Amino acid sequence: MAPHGTASEALRAGVAVRRPGGASLTQEAWRRFRRHRLAMFGTIVLGVMLGAVLLGPFVYTVPINEIDFKAKLKAPARAHPLGTDDLGQDLLARMLYGGRISMAVGVTAMLIAVCIGTLMGAVSGYVGGAVDTALMRITDLFLSLPNLPLLLLIVYLFRDALKKMVGPEAGVFLMIVAVIGGLRWMPVARLVRAQFLSLREKEFVEAARGLGAAPLRQVARHILPNAVGPIIVAGSLDVATAIIAESSLSFLGLGFPPDIPTWGRILFDAKDNLDFAPHWAIFPGTAIFLTVLSINYIGDGLRDALDPRKVLG
Amino acid sequence: MDEHRIRELLDDVKAGRLSRRSFIRGMVSLGLTAPLASQMLASAGVAQAQTKAAFNPTKRGGGGHLRTLWWQSPTLLNPHFAVGTKDQDASRVFYEPLAAFDPDGNLVPVLAAEAPSVQAGTVSKDGRSVTWRLKKNVAWHDGKPFTADDVLFNYEYIMDPATAAYNIGSYQEIEKIDKVDSHTVKLTFKRPMPFWADPFCGARGMILPKHVFAAYKGDKSREAPNNTKPVGTGPFKIVEFKPGDMVRAEINTSYHTANRPFFDTMEIKGGGDAISAARAVMQTAEYDFAWNMQVEDEILKRLETGGKGHAEITPTGYIEHIQCNQTDPWKEVDGERSSLKTKHPFLIDPAVRQALGLLVDRASVQEQIYGRTGIATANFLNAPSRFVSKNMKWELNVDKANQILEAAGWKKGPDGIRAKDGVKLKLVYATSVNAPRQKTQQIVKQAAAKAGIEMELKSVLANVFFASDPANPDTYTHFYTDLQMYTTTMTSPDPGFFMNQFTAKEAASKDNKWQGRNITRWQNADYDKLHQAAETELDPVKRAAMFVKMNDTVVSHGIVIPIVIRPAVAAISNKLKGVEQSGWDSNFWRLSHWYREA
Repeated sequence: MAPHGTASEALRAGVAVRRPGGASLTQEAWRRFRRHRLAMFGTIVLGVMLGAVLLGPFVYTVPINEIDFKAKLKAPARAHPLGTDDLGQDLLARMLYGGRISMAVGVTAMLIAVCIGTLMGAVSGYVGGAVDTALMRITDLFLSLPNLPLLLLIVYLFRDALKKMVGPEAGVFLMIVAVIGGLRWMPVARLVRAQFLSLREKEFVEAARGLGAAPLRQVARHILPNAVGPIIVAGSLDVATAIIAESSLSFLGLGFPPDIPTWGRILFDAKDNLDFAPHWAIFPGTAIFLTVLSINYIGDGLRDALDPRKVLG
Repeated sequence: MDEHRIRELLDDVKAGRLSRRSFIRGMVSLGLTAPLASQMLASAGVAQAQTKAAFNPTKRGGGGHLRTLWWQSPTLLNPHFAVGTKDQDASRVFYEPLAAFDPDGNLVPVLAAEAPSVQAGTVSKDGRSVTWRLKKNVAWHDGKPFTADDVLFNYEYIMDPATAAYNIGSYQEIEKIDKVDSHTVKLTFKRPMPFWADPFCGARGMILPKHVFAAYKGDKSREAPNNTKPVGTGPFKIVEFKPGDMVRAEINTSYHTANRPFFDTMEIKGGGDAISAARAVMQTAEYDFAWNMQVEDEILKRLETGGKGHAEITPTGYIEHIQCNQTDPWKEVDGERSSLKTKHPFLIDPAVRQALGLLVDRASVQEQIYGRTGIATANFLNAPSRFVSKNMKWELNVDKANQILEAAGWKKGPDGIRAKDGVKLKLVYATSVNAPRQKTQQIVKQAAAKAGIEMELKSVLANVFFASDPANPDTYTHFYTDLQMYTTTMTSPDPGFFMNQFTAKEAASKDNKWQGRNITRWQNADYDKLHQAAETELDPVKRAAMFVKMNDTVVSHGIVIPIVIRPAVAAISNKLKGVEQSGWDSNFWRLSHWYREA
């Protein structure tokens, strides 16, 4: 990254410094983000996909579950732009519908994981001492929990209750994002704690402390913005794992009902027919791949754009 | 065909005017089946035919290594605890019954010197006793001789309730069992037994050695070290057993049949799934044999075009069907749901069940999903053919289903879902994770939606769905959903045991740890009476009529909705020969005769 910027690290982290050109810190970050080509590519691809799954079903109104055996396993053609599956259901319609769920699951689960992880890590790293030990032991405990049996247990305990409260689809959605998010915050917590441990000893934080900043202000304004890079990277990776975790849960019969075409489910259904109906697997596979890749690139770009140290070069 | 005519034909066979085979063929075409037609001959005093072997080696062994693939892997090797086919098959490599059932239902002697018959005086005319002469010079794998004491011991072992043998049902009708001499046993039954070949034959009749298991009868049965280290009489001896993964065996050089087996070593590899197993045999030819190909026919056909292997389809009485829960799966009473003390809010209404029956498009399920591996049927009892009802019909008729529901007072609400007195026709339809089943679910769901019935689909991993763990609420025996779909197997050529799954006393509940066989919890006194009567009816024709009536009762009440008959499908390498599969016995019933062409 090209070096530019002159203000001291402490000042930069503290207040929105007016740069000579009059650009705010946000504008500056955006400028740097735009220079990151892969990140821009990721943003465009993700934007297109989001637009497609959000608006697509209103434009492309073919039903997702119309069974038509005459059209089964058809390769992409005019009537079915992405072809059909073995029940003759239109794959484009299913992909658009399922994409909403997959993306929503991925993003929501990531937000949950990042929020919990940041909170745990921040408290642990900033407060230190006995609190740190206790929180880190809890993190270890969660890390050592075998995921699958725990998932089974949670699903058995809460599935029916949640379904009764908010209906089958919303219930499963809440449960899945809670379960995936709730079991993936530990790496984030460790990263954040490590960042906090080193940052809280830095001169600019000491300066802020010396100027009488309250702990909350120190954390929110001085330490956290400097720790955001690793969090974003971990978060973007979590989106990918969440999308994949959702499909494995559906496979185990614990996720969404089998007729709800999330991307993972379409891919799972398609795998047995890979050698003679490759289109069925290629499209959802590509969709997952592109989503994950673009989120990773965006995360990469964001880290570079938001990392104050990068400015100094 | 009436009783009199059948008796005439039997006389013809006896006199040699009609061949055995054409008699059996004739009976089959008339709606009797092979195993039972064969038993009729046996009880009429016609000797059993011996299955001819196509390949007659001049020496034992020399065939190299046989690789078989069981994608659900065997977990134990004691045939009396072998609830699943996988364990029964793996046990059969090492243990053998007195006689096996061939594809025509003939008894083929294994540890017996000959199959009992009325003619030879070894089956009594009143059907109350049968005498088995045992083969002499049979040795266990550890060298000790096999004698009548071993047979007697197995009866005691199985009948001890503390042993908890899964096959106890086949032995309960035995009143006593006597040792006539060191190699002859006589079984006396409590009642005239129409099907005397149930105990000690086929998959449920394998024999354990007394000298190894005598100390582990009853409570201690599960602790026997030899539950995983079999000492049998079979063609192969155990080398290594890793439960859930691998069984390795080597040739039994003192096997009791001359010049058999052909293979020097064999293995049963477990794990994976049906489709990868099919590929391993038919596409890459890494394995010689794979069991239970629950794979869509389209895929099997495509794999067959490679010319390395083929799918062998064996007729059975296995039936893929939908069950309608008669109890309320959403209300908990005394710590269990689907309790017999509750009633289902709408599935007890015959109109709803009848409408559901009209919404299952069996033709599409057969044509589009199962192909050769699932034949659409209206009957629950589909084999042996003499027991198959001709009275039941099925159809797909959404309009009629709508009319029936309308007439019964189920009116469509603003959301398109029918309701009556505040009860909505919304139900949860469960099955195991298996691609053909998920597709069937979608086909049914779509038709149901057109009739104003909303279905929520649920699929449970097969290991969980078919588990026997009482603490697991997602098993098929708990049936904590409104509808569920799976295949019920029929392991014996006699339907007596198969049809007891609708009797009131078999209802699955918390009290019997959900081990009961009546999963729908349907209670019907007339059915119970009919089943009881059939248990002692010796006249084969009258008895068949009773089973037909039982089938008609459950089907017309709509307690179960039969979908397709599932024949047994195995993937076999084109080089592997002699693998004659029988729908009435284990996959390995004739393992000693398997051989490989060079």
